[in-house]
Amino acid sequence: MRPVAVLGIGQTAVGEHWERSLRDLATQAGLAAMRDAGLEHVQAVFVGNMLSGLLTRQENLGALVADWLGQRPAEAFKVEAACASGAAAFRVAHMAVSSGEVDVALAVGVEKMTDTTSGETTAALATASDADYELVHGVTFVGLNALVMRRYLHEFGWKHTDFAPFSINAHANGARNPNARLQEPISERDYTRARMVCDPINLLDASPIGDGAAAAVLVPAERAYDRPRARVLVAGSASATDTLAVHDRKDPLFLSAAHHSARKAYAQAGLEPSQIDFFELHDAFSIMSALSLEACGFAERGQGPRLGLEGRIRLQQALPISTQGGLKARGHPVGATGMYQLVEVVQQLRGEAGPNQLDRARVGMAQNIGGSGAMIATHILRVA
Amino acid sequence: MDIPRNWRLRTQRYALVGEECDHCHSKIFPPRDICPDCGLEAKAHYAFSGKGEIYSFTVVHDPPTGYEDQAPYAIALVKLEEGPIVTAQLTDVDSAQVAIGMPVEMVTRKLRAEGEEGVIHYGYKFRPTLARA
Amino acid sequence: MTEREHRPATPGQGKAAPRPARIMRPTRAVGLVGYGAYVPRLRLPAKEVARVWSEGAALLPIREKSVPGLDEDVITMSIEATRNALARAQIPVEEIGALWVGSESHPYAVKPTSTVVAEAIGAVPHLLAADWEFACKAGSEALQAAIGMVGAGMMRYAVAVGMDTAQARPGDALEYTAGAGGAAFIVGPQEEALAEIEASLSFVTDTPDFWRRPGAKYPQHGQRFTGEPAYFRHVTTAGQELMQALGRTPADYRFIVLHQPNTKFPQRAAELLGFSPEQTRAGLLVPEIGNTYAGAALIGLTAILDEAEAGDRVLLVSFGSGAGSDAFSLQVTPRMAERRAAAPRTRDYITRRKEIDYGVYVRTRGKLSM
Ligand SMILES: [Zn+2]
Repeated sequence: MRPVAVLGIGQTAVGEHWERSLRDLATQAGLAAMRDAGLEHVQAVFVGNMLSGLLTRQENLGALVADWLGQRPAEAFKVEAACASGAAAFRVAHMAVSSGEVDVALAVGVEKMTDTTSGETTAALATASDADYELVHGVTFVGLNALVMRRYLHEFGWKHTDFAPFSINAHANGARNPNARLQEPISERDYTRARMVCDPINLLDASPIGDGAAAAVLVPAERAYDRPRARVLVAGSASATDTLAVHDRKDPLFLSAAHHSARKAYAQAGLEPSQIDFFELHDAFSIMSALSLEACGFAERGQGPRLGLEGRIRLQQALPISTQGGLKARGHPVGATGMYQLVEVVQQLRGEAGPNQLDRARVGMAQNIGGSGAMIATHILRVA
Repeated sequence: MDIPRNWRLRTQRYALVGEECDHCHSKIFPPRDICPDCGLEAKAHYAFSGKGEIYSFTVVHDPPTGYEDQAPYAIALVKLEEGPIVTAQLTDVDSAQVAIGMPVEMVTRKLRAEGEEGVIHYGYKFRPTLARA
Repeated sequence: MTEREHRPATPGQGKAAPRPARIMRPTRAVGLVGYGAYVPRLRLPAKEVARVWSEGAALLPIREKSVPGLDEDVITMSIEATRNALARAQIPVEEIGALWVGSESHPYAVKPTSTVVAEAIGAVPHLLAADWEFACKAGSEALQAAIGMVGAGMMRYAVAVGMDTAQARPGDALEYTAGAGGAAFIVGPQEEALAEIEASLSFVTDTPDFWRRPGAKYPQHGQRFTGEPAYFRHVTTAGQELMQALGRTPADYRFIVLHQPNTKFPQRAAELLGFSPEQTRAGLLVPEIGNTYAGAALIGLTAILDEAEAGDRVLLVSFGSGAGSDAFSLQVTPRMAERRAAAPRTRDYITRRKEIDYGVYVRTRGKLSM
């Protein structure tokens, strides 16, 4: 196993890209990452994507993207892990490079979600849940999160408004990210008055879907590096699984796969949670922010909302989260999301995060959640 | 066409038939090859009573394709009295009356029909336990 | 017109000979070893139909009718009624040799309701399963067949269900009454019976009073022709002939239950047969749940069994358009008292009600064209 560095990053804005196709988006982000790395060729392309088969009726995405990137005959295939597809692709690229089999790997996360009606997209997203035991009952993805959030409120005694700081923070940061889908700050009043989507989840608890792609070039850390900006190393890369269905979990309010993957990543990096400078977490729904913070050791069980209420999640505070808007404001192009998180971690570590740049950004963590928590990948990146 | 995949689950869907683990005696739903509690092989059929209580619930207003004609409908995590939690729709209830802890019982209802002319899929739902004089 | 004048001749045989009533008794005594009812939760008041279709001026044939929920049909309702019957019968399901469902609203035109019900209660695979059609007496016809099968010793138990989600054209007189519900009975050996079946009788003729052609969504009817020559003639003749053959009078019965398309018909027919309003009361559910077609007389019987005591006799006469009646004479056994509480009473379902308006009714019953 050899250490791995992130040499280049690229992304498109998240939005409704009416004039751009799935392949256009992947190509744009991939080429941007290669340009950023100063490379014209890669040996392997790993494409993180969840919905191309269902929404674009296009599979065999690896070959397609490699071809459109002009990288034939590079090895290429798609990596799927629902909403964690992006981080899963990064993780595969990391395994390829760290093992010594590949010297230059490109990980691309891409999703095209706005070509279809909302009913079709909702049905497609729901395939992340258990088709025979959740989906068949008319469950939606937001519905599953609502079930978890309602029980969480019941069990730990929080009020719905206690989750407002997560959304307010994400929107504040997204407002200064030109690639974010939502660039409007929100107030607590906006949050409490938002339209109910799936009780207790309202519109401002939920992240917006969107089209988008983000990419990174991974190389061995030993590769010569002669650029002025900071070199970013992958200090920890791990993923873990839990039951596919929420109802099969002994404790549906604990993200066990987040806990296990974070523990592995901490061990690889030789770090404690307290040494993480910032955290790009998977705030698809505000409840997921709380559960992720708890599972990764940043908050006690049932105490996740406290970090928001105490202001510790904001930029320049103890544990900034969603520094470029998170899923909530940057947007959640599902299979691309994990790659956006990693690209944003690299931006912070390099000092390229623009108006959202953190003063202290030496170690950053990203966590990408697939389904309602069945597959979770955690990465820790650091400045070399 | 979803006929075979629903057909093969008919026993568990219609009557909430799961398994009991021979090794640790856990009651298992849905039935599976490996006991989720002890990791050993499980295969003895076990018919659940259908009694349980609401562990959590919500109401779906924006349904996935194929469920539009039912919306809005309540879905719940139901904790069965034998232990497992299942996801299912609630029926015969006004959403405003649903609460965590509410006792419910299984009924077999239409889950979905494949259009006006296609096959009808049946399965378990839960309703508030019938009040009896 | 007398019965004799009306009897048909056999072609080529000249003058018809008088035909005596045919009372039926199986070789082996049988009874109901279990019974169960089901009524959906929704209720449409008749005044709602009147509000929409007659500016409130119509005379109301009942108070309100039951309406199936969006996820209910004859299959789901039959499953619940049969589960209730099984809870009372406490028999091994694998000993059920037949499961028959009579209805005018089977969810499929081709594909049996009965196999789904049999699968849901775990009675598959070694049993007879079929759906019956004889308008509103499809369920009692299935009961007759069950008596025959069990009485002949071909099987230990047979299930007969009468269940409907009755159809009615918007604005038609039937729309006030067409309800949803029914009952399931398990026929078994007399020694296990909660109610013994003493004897039965059927009386059928070709009388086109009410029908639905294939593919038609709603039934049609002959208006006043549905009364005298159809309902009254068949119901009273079948009831009369069965009592006569058994040497009984209305005084021998504590209860009578008849097919009930509205409140007036069964009251009038019971009176013609010589029964008092007190004997009619317990089984007359139509004012509260409407006409449940193939379920109507049978669910009335369940309400009676819910309150009958050992030794009480019940006369049941169904009616199916087209037309015919099945009459049954039953006597409750001491076993009833210990089993009755094993399932919800019919009254429990009637008490569970949520009133809806005509708009919700139109959506729920698929009368909205989209
Ligand atoms: Zn076990």
